[in-house]
Order: sequence, then C-alpha cells, then structure tokens
Amino acid sequence: MFGYPGLSTPNIQLHENGKLKHLLTLEGLKPHHIRDILDRADAFINSETRQIYKQPILKGKTIVNLFFETSTRTRTTFEIAEKSLGADVINLNVATSATKKGESLLDTIYNLEAMQADMFVVRHAESGAAHFFARHVAPHVHVLNAGDGRHAHPTQGLLDAYTIRHFKGKDFSQLRVAIVGDILHSRVARSQIQVLNLLETEEIRLVAPKTLLPHDASAMGAHCFTNIEAGLKDVDVVITLRMQNERMSSARLPSEQEYFETYGITEERLKLAMPDAIVMHPGPINRGVEITSRVADGPQSVILDQVTFGIAVRMAVISGIMQTQGDQP
Amino acid sequence: MIATTIKQGRLFDPANQLDMIADMHINHGRIIAIGEAPSDFNAVKTIDATGLLVIPGLIDLSTRLGEPGMEHFTTIARETKAAVAGGITSLCVMPDTDPVNDTFAVTELIQRRARQAETAYVLPVGALTKGLKGEALSEMVAMHREGCIAFSQANKPVINTQTLFNAFDYAATHQLLVMMRPIDAYLGKDGVAHRGAISSALGLPDIPAATETLAVSRLLLLAEETGVRLHLSQISTARAVDMLAEAQARGLAVTADVAIHNLHLTEFDTADFASFMHVQPPLRSQRDCDALRAGVRSGIINAVCSDHTPLMHDEKLLPFPESVPGISGLESLLPLLLALVREKVLTLEQAITAVTHNPAKLLGINRGSLQVGSPADMALVDCEYDWLFNRHQLLSAGDNTPFHKWPLTGKVQSTLFQGRLVHQ
Repeated sequence: MFGYPGLSTPNIQLHENGKLKHLLTLEGLKPHHIRDILDRADAFINSETRQIYKQPILKGKTIVNLFFETSTRTRTTFEIAEKSLGADVINLNVATSATKKGESLLDTIYNLEAMQADMFVVRHAESGAAHFFARHVAPHVHVLNAGDGRHAHPTQGLLDAYTIRHFKGKDFSQLRVAIVGDILHSRVARSQIQVLNLLETEEIRLVAPKTLLPHDASAMGAHCFTNIEAGLKDVDVVITLRMQNERMSSARLPSEQEYFETYGITEERLKLAMPDAIVMHPGPINRGVEITSRVADGPQSVILDQVTFGIAVRMAVISGIMQTQGDQP
Repeated sequence: MIATTIKQGRLFDPANQLDMIADMHINHGRIIAIGEAPSDFNAVKTIDATGLLVIPGLIDLSTRLGEPGMEHFTTIARETKAAVAGGITSLCVMPDTDPVNDTFAVTELIQRRARQAETAYVLPVGALTKGLKGEALSEMVAMHREGCIAFSQANKPVINTQTLFNAFDYAATHQLLVMMRPIDAYLGKDGVAHRGAISSALGLPDIPAATETLAVSRLLLLAEETGVRLHLSQISTARAVDMLAEAQARGLAVTADVAIHNLHLTEFDTADFASFMHVQPPLRSQRDCDALRAGVRSGIINAVCSDHTPLMHDEKLLPFPESVPGISGLESLLPLLLALVREKVLTLEQAITAVTHNPAKLLGINRGSLQVGSPADMALVDCEYDWLFNRHQLLSAGDNTPFHKWPLTGKVQSTLFQGRLVHQ
C-alpha cells in the first residue's frame, strides 16, 4: 500500500467532510469511496442487458472535456456518460487549439471558467497535470482526471474494478491479478494497482521486462515478474496493457515481434491462469502485439464489457462529485 | 570611506579560529583591528552588535542573477540586494546567461553591472565551451583576465569526451579552476524526479543516481589525467560522496559543493507535484540526504551553496514536469544552514566554514574571513530570532521557494560589503 508521509497529507481532492470534490487519483482514497462509486454505478446500468439508464440529474450543468492529448475512446465514453446525466457537454481538443497559439494553461482554464463551466474532465500528457488544474480552478469547479502522463487514470481503474467485481464477486481478498505490459509508462496500471490494493486484492503481479517495470514496485504494493509463465500461473484476472510504438524507438524493446514472443497473451499462455480467468484490456488493442485475436475475441475476454461498464462508472463518478457539497455531513 | 566600529559582537571566523566577543574596527573598506582600536582611529559610525553573531560575508558558489538576458525580470542590482539580505557578499554567477558568458565582453558587462550596483562581490564563471555547446573552447585566458574566477558548463554536459579532455587540458595549462555539475548527457535526460519510490508511484520520468555517478567518475578520471583543478557543483547522491572521498584520499585536489535544499528536502517532498520542489539535480532519497549532510560534516563536501535561480511566475505555474527547475535561494541559505546547526547536524564552525573559508580557499580569493587587513565583508546575525520564511517578502525577483512558511531561527540583521552597510 502507499504509505508515504508526503502522499497522505492534505488531499486536495476531498472536501473537509471527506467527500470527493475532485477525482485526481485513487491514491489517498478510502475503500468506502471506491465501494460507494461502484455501488452507485449499479444504478446506471442493467447488468444483464447492458442497457444504460439515462438520468438527467445534471440538467443545467456544464461539463468541459478538456483534452490536451488526443483520445477517441475515453473522450467518447465520458461524453456519453455526461449526456446520459443530462449535462451540457463541450469538447475541447486543446492539443490543436489554444496552447498552440501560446495561451498558457492557466489562461485556458480561467477563460473556460468564465464561460460558466462546472466541471473539467482533463487529459494531459504530463504527470501531475490534474493536480495542477485542481489547485488553480475556482472553488465551485470540479476536476476529473481523465489521464495525466504516467500518473493516474482513476476512472479506468474504477471501471476495471467494476468489471472484476461483476465477474468475480465483491470479495477481492482471494483474487490474484496479473497486469502484463508497459507498467512503467502506464497511468492505467498505476490506478489499477491502487484500486486493487484498496479492495484488498490477494496479490497484484506486474509482468514485464525490466525496461518496462517501475523502479520500486513494492512501494506501489505489487510484485514484479519478468517471466510471463510464472506471472500468469493461477491468476484469476489477466490485464493486458497497450504496447506503444515509441517503446521501440526509445530502445526499451527491440521489436513488437520479440515482445509478442516473450510477453504476448496467447491461448497457450492463458491456460496457465485459472480456468475461469478473465482477460481485460483498456484498449485500444494492438492485435498480435500484446494479445492474440483469439484471446481478445475469445470466451474469457471481457474487453467490451469494460467499455460499457465504463459509461456507468463514469456516470457514478461525475454525478457523485457534482452532487456532493463540502458543507453536507 | 566611513571609519566604523562594530561593538561587542561575537566575532566568529573559522578561518582564523576566532570566536570571541570584541570590537571590530573598519576603515577604507578593510578590517583594520580587532579589540583595541588603533590610536589614530576615530570611528565615524558605530554599530552595536551586542548579542549578534558577526561572521564573514558568505560566498555563494552558484547563483543566477538575471543579467544578461532577463533584465525585464530582474537585474544584478536587485539580486545582489537579495544576496546581502541573506548575508551573502560574494557570488559566483553561472555562465548560462543569454547570451552565454563565453566571451570577455559578456564578462565585462556582468562586472560593470556589479560595479554599478556596488552591493556585493560578483564573480563571473565563464563558459568552458562556446555557447556551452561542448564543441569549441571559449577564450578562457581572456575571460580570466577580465575577471572570470572559474569555468563551467552550468547544467550542460560536454558530450564529446575528447572535447572535455581538451578543455580540461587547456584549463590546466593556465591553472584555471573548472566547476562542473556532474550530469550524464543522456541518462535521465528527460527526467524530473529522483528514480525511487515517489517517481515509481507518481509516474514521474526519473533521474537515476547513476546519471550523477557516471559523470563524477568521468570528471574525476579526466581531472586526474589532465591535472586540472576540478570542483564538482551540486552533488546530490550518497555514492558521489563516496567517490569524492576516495578521490580526495588518493590525493586528488578535487572539491565539491551541495545545494542547501538537498540537505533539507527529499524525494518525498515532491509527492504532491508541487512545482517549487522541482530542482536539478532532483531531491533524492533520505539516504542520499543523510550522506550529503555527513559529507558536509566531514569536510568531504567543502561548500554549501544556494544554487539561486530566480524564476518568473509562469515558469512555475505549470504541471510539475513542465515547470522550470530551480529555487530562489539567496535569502534562505544562511537560515537553513543555521537550522542544521540547531538540529545538531553541523556545528556552527562546520556550517560557517562551508559558506566562508572553504569557498574562499577553493576560489583563491581573499575573502571569507575576519582577518585584519581583509575586505570588511560581514554579516551580523541574530541567531535567536524566530521568524516564518515568507516568499512574498523576498527581495529577489524570484519568489520560487519551497520553504514558504517554514519556521526558521536566525536572521541577518545587517550586512557590510567592503566596509559599507549594504543591508540592515
């Protein structure tokens, strides 16, 4: 578990009463925060039919999706979640607009605030960017981190926990989870590790070559495996991460082929996991690089469920943050 | 020049093993007597230093003063005022100005501005290579003649080892001091935080200790080979202290300094992405911090500096990795050193030596002591004064400090530079 003195000190994402004001990271949250969100998500989806229940509880609120990094999937699911809650939604792809013209980050924020935004859903290429926004927005404005650098992607972590809970039950204390791939550069992995620790998962394994593992995994509450076979042995959940091309150009891997050969999730390797193990992936998938199509589309894959559950979880997070006030008990 | 007597201060000067309560007499900018005044001396001005510590003016081995290049933000006149408010009367100015201090014309400009300000002794450090590019040698002899005290690459490593070798050989030819910050050109180049628990957890691009130790070994080997006088600037790792100790034990005339913030802060202070904690070299592990403290205590690390880098608001108003590294440190150097004395990490003698006698010795300047005959640069310090450090009250144009609201004890009451009261 995370136990740093520095990290546990004033948590800017919480109101004084302990309720969520922003969602920047899952670090520093209590298990009840996680369970509250996951329970609330149940109300937004029919888990049998996968139908999303639209509830216009945020009518009149304005949410700005502020993406400094391009994204299709995450931005789209946020947009669906926001619209399903009845909010007015504005999408801003800042990567191609204001900051290119030399406008500072803060000026962008201040201008959008002046346009009466109630929440910013922010994605940015630098770790810590969401904290930066949360420090500088007006008191009534909420910040939701949709991914900052390598640091955190909390809604992804939550939707993954929701998915695991759906298939494996509420008790995580017997579960072994393997996260396979580029952990070092992955905000998704960091948020997954945090949520799994908060839900008291039996064992979290990080499986990758040393060039893609964090320096100090034990400080994160996880164990490292460099051998894929050992890492997958008897696990209940296999989470595969996307392998970026730039890992080859930055000399962390020789080739996609060699990565697939040494760490790719194949049917053969999946047999090492528990027979009822589920396979997850945050998307988008590089078929034949980190996972074979036969596994990605196979009976153990829950990859598309993650996408649908992601809408309900994001509805739960957004409505939860925007409906709570600091002064309520 | 005003004949001045400083009455009944506790005169503390490690260079002369001086620690006594006595009067000090100053004339023509120099200390002319301690104790009894000379018979022909008539003080025009008297400063009561009862209860105050009188120490030599501090010598800061690494600062940036804004000129040339940042005149719209700050000036040598303004930053030297901040320096003397912190008891610092001599400052080495790093060559990474704009334009780079790689010709005697830039050196001359810095000197002229400093003379106009007349607040502190400004010692330009010249660029070792033209434009700090690590390709062609700068005119070190001409710049030395103009007043460059040493030569440095600031934060820029020399990639080509042959060029570095030649630069050292050339500097050695003319007995010039080189001050090098040990950084590998590639390892950790895009990093912003120490490679450790915090960088792992927060996903901050990291800077391994080896980026420093690789460079230390390279610099030490080349210094040994060429015979150049090498000073290592702002070391930050335990391993570098060991390597330095080993080199000194073998008789190599190598010295080093550490930035004061690396003696107080660690990687854990970066845990909430506060951009004021973004420095280079990065805040390292607790183990590194302890080893650096021990290094200052044992004298293996000879000097402590501020590595003063005043920055504009916009340069820190960015997410941690995008913010510009650096601390505005002139006004916190001495109080933070005194904090280490209170914590019993250092004795008062060790602390003051590291900012007076040792830097004077390694630069070869006649400062940093209270010796009769030397320039009357000194700070009068109230060691019992409790205060909260406040970034909004700094005289420096840069308010980029991580020490805002730190409770400190000990404050400079007044500072003399060449016998003149430049701060009170």
